[in-house]
Amino acid sequence: MYKIRKKIALNKDVDLMVIEAPLVSKNTKPGHFVIVRTNKDSERIPLTIVEKDDETITIIYQKLGYSTIELSHKKENESLEDVVGPLGKAKVLGDESRILGIAGGVGAAPLYPQLKAYADKGTHVDLIIGGRTKEHLILMDKYEKICENIYIATDNGSAGTKGFVTDVMKEVYKTNNYDLAIAIGPLIMMKNAYLVNKDYNLETEVSLNPIMIDGTGMCGNCRVSINGKNQFACVDGPDFPAEGIDFDELMHRQSYYKDKEHECRINLGDENDQ
Amino acid sequence: MTNRQMMPLQDKIIRNSNFTEVALGFDLKQVHLEASRCLDCKDPRCVKACPVKINIPKFIKEILEEKYEVAYQTIYEDNILPSVCGRVCPQENQCEGDCILGIKFESVSIGALERFLGDYSLKHQIFKQENIIDNGHKVAVIGSGPAGLSFAASIRRLGYKTDIYEALHDYGGVLRYGIPEFRLPKAVVGQEIQRLESLGIQFNKNTIIGKTLTVEQLMKEYDYKALFIASGAGLPRSLNIQGENLNGVYYANEFLTRVNLMKAYQFPKHPTPVKVGDTVCVVGGGNVAMDAARVAKRLGSKNVFILYRRDMNALPARKEEVEHAVEEGIEFNLLLNPVEIIGKDYEVQAVKAEIMELGELDQSGRHRPMPTGQFKTIKIDSCIIAIGQSPNPILKNTTKDLKTDKKDRIMVKGYQTSIPGVFAGGDIVTGAATVIEAMGAGKCAAEEIDKYIKDTFS
Ligand SMILES: Cc1cc2nc3c(=O)[nH]c(=O)nc-3n(C[C@H](O)[C@H](O)[C@H](O)COP(=O)(O)OP(=O)(O)OC[C@H]3O[C@@H](n4cnc5c(N)ncnc54)[C@H](O)[C@@H]3O)c2cc1C
Ligand SMILES: Cc1cc2nc3c(=O)[nH]c(=O)nc-3n(C[C@H](O)[C@H](O)[C@H](O)COP(=O)(O)OP(=O)(O)OC[C@H]3O[C@@H](n4cnc5c(N)ncnc54)[C@H](O)[C@@H]3O)c2cc1C
Ligand code: SF4
Ligand code: SF4
Ligand code: FES
Repeated sequence: MYKIRKKIALNKDVDLMVIEAPLVSKNTKPGHFVIVRTNKDSERIPLTIVEKDDETITIIYQKLGYSTIELSHKKENESLEDVVGPLGKAKVLGDESRILGIAGGVGAAPLYPQLKAYADKGTHVDLIIGGRTKEHLILMDKYEKICENIYIATDNGSAGTKGFVTDVMKEVYKTNNYDLAIAIGPLIMMKNAYLVNKDYNLETEVSLNPIMIDGTGMCGNCRVSINGKNQFACVDGPDFPAEGIDFDELMHRQSYYKDKEHECRINLGDENDQ
Repeated sequence: MTNRQMMPLQDKIIRNSNFTEVALGFDLKQVHLEASRCLDCKDPRCVKACPVKINIPKFIKEILEEKYEVAYQTIYEDNILPSVCGRVCPQENQCEGDCILGIKFESVSIGALERFLGDYSLKHQIFKQENIIDNGHKVAVIGSGPAGLSFAASIRRLGYKTDIYEALHDYGGVLRYGIPEFRLPKAVVGQEIQRLESLGIQFNKNTIIGKTLTVEQLMKEYDYKALFIASGAGLPRSLNIQGENLNGVYYANEFLTRVNLMKAYQFPKHPTPVKVGDTVCVVGGGNVAMDAARVAKRLGSKNVFILYRRDMNALPARKEEVEHAVEEGIEFNLLLNPVEIIGKDYEVQAVKAEIMELGELDQSGRHRPMPTGQFKTIKIDSCIIAIGQSPNPILKNTTKDLKTDKKDRIMVKGYQTSIPGVFAGGDIVTGAATVIEAMGAGKCAAEEIDKYIKDTFS
């Protein structure tokens, strides 16, 4: 059993959990993720390992659908049924000297360990972070410690620029240049960030989040087309260069079960009402 | 001579909308009638054809003497999962295929008798009290499929402390995530595995060797004297044709894992969903294809068909599975080779296949399918690709010096891999095979490892 040592609400939609999982943390490196099952019959859901120490791993999740809401019902000192990992390929750090992180929404969570690893080895790191409102910007205190400059975009203008991260990117590029951009957030944001960067000849890396089941390369659910070839995001990724990724296909694959998810949510609602 | 007894089945109209078991097992009267057919051969051909060499005439004689518990123990010596093998062995190619009665008449229904004894022991909780004396050495097993389980039981009995590491959240490998409930109830798998726990074998779930712990860490930090890799052939093979990533196209592994491991057939009680639609195309002709087709039918699809590039005689699936599939209304579109999956707005709509004809006999002794240059397009709502599995490359990719062949199978000599102390067996070595062959490998590897440890450490 995997005990929840600490649980903090980062905002009304996003929680942080520190989970006892010494065996998972043992080989964890930046870029790794876990697959979690909250209860005995739960779905398997992938979540990035944001931080770790010898005994625990930290996850941050957005309450989006049935399974993440189910997870959010767990309290401190309760336990999760299953946590398996570390999964995926660890981030390979290049010798770039200036890195730009681009975070959208809860994408700030998976981005953090990667930027931190770069900052730790002395790379100059800047961040553009976007969210719906000021409250939706997460991990700001941590980012402030590792980033030279932080630029903010919110949908309603409650902090930083009113607009999307792509608007801020174009502003920032007027006076700054970078060797590499790492963009993590909703697929549509990663796609648009990539398209903007292409105009500036700036290479973009993204972290893909297709639907997964086993996370070990067994089922093939997580396949994505990259330059016309199939890659399994759970074992070949989840980080990939954005060049050549079929984002549109992936967006459709991600929403394949939308109608079913709705059915399931109704079920969750019923349970709560009782 | 009495006729071969027929196994009673759930009615075909009822069963094709539920997930409870299709084959109901012999009653006691049938068991005796069937057992009485065996000639108790002096040089029994059936035994030679069983990959683990179960003493078949002996357990059949014990059945006739109504010593069911003893008969069960006879099997258990060589096969720790009789309830499983009785159900899923391709008996027509193994024990029953060589039974002397089969030459002029019909072979003894060995699998059904084995199943009876296995189930009898589970029902009456017969359990052999084994006195295992620890010898102070530790071994680790990677994977809890048939090969890993069989190895673990054999090596534990020799006194080794035995730890199983499994990547998934439940044990049994393909028995758990691949073969569906209506063919192999998961309660049976669970009970047979529980028995092994009571031998003192330790089971660790959620532990991917190569990720959570590496082979090197197991050897250096955990003081295992030897490892047995039984990680199976879990990588889906792709058709490599246009349209494979459309919504509604599944690899059989995903489809079956959703349904069996995650219990999507009980959605939304179990929150993992699955979708099939009215018309389902299953590409392939083996057990996996039959399982996928029959699952799709049970999920409510009206038309389910197998698309296979050879003819009916060449289907590699177990005979019984094909018969049951036909009874349940699965259609067979044969001599068709898919060349494209057609879609619109990223959703599958049709499959285009080339019409094939039978050519010369090939290496496998079957007629080679030859292209005709003519095509056929069939409208579908989903497509399940079941054309085989390759070994999972996680261990290869994370273990320096572990030699594999071109097909990613781990290379062994007498179960010994290229790394001293690391052994391997089952599908990871042979490529996709059968449950009992994997178990046979586990059993033999245990003897090899015992020898290796005794030679090396004492
Ligand atoms: C490698 C990886 C790392 C991830 N890391 C994080 C993380 O650190 N924090 C976090 O909040 N989320 C992360 N995700 C996404 C997270 O797994 C999904 O949000 C979660 O599975 C949704 O499950 P649900 O049942 O709550 O929502 P659902 O009701 O299943 O889905 C809600 C919506 O989310 C989309 N969705 C469904 N499954 C996924 C999925 N696997 N990934 C992305 N979107 C999905 C669908 O389009 C759906 O409409 C990660 C995903 C991957 C693949
Ligand atoms: C759908 C289907 C139907 C079948 N029907 C039949 C049938 O009717 N009769 C028959 O005889 N055979 C059948 N087979 C074939 C048979 O199931 C296999 O040959 C047999 O299961 C192989 O056993 P194994 O122990 O080598 O591997 P598996 O059963 O594949 O078990 C391997 C286990 O290792 C785990 N694992 C993998 N990598 C790691 C790792 N790195 N760390 C930890 N754990 C790991 C996996 O999660 C899995 O649990 C069928 C196969 C399928 C897929
Ligand atoms: S284990 Fe399989 S092959 Fe061997 S006797 Fe039993 S059913 Fe036949
Ligand atoms: S070959 Fe057939 S008849 Fe002979 S011992 Fe085996 S099962 Fe009995
Ligand atoms: S999640 Fe199953 S192969 Fe990647």
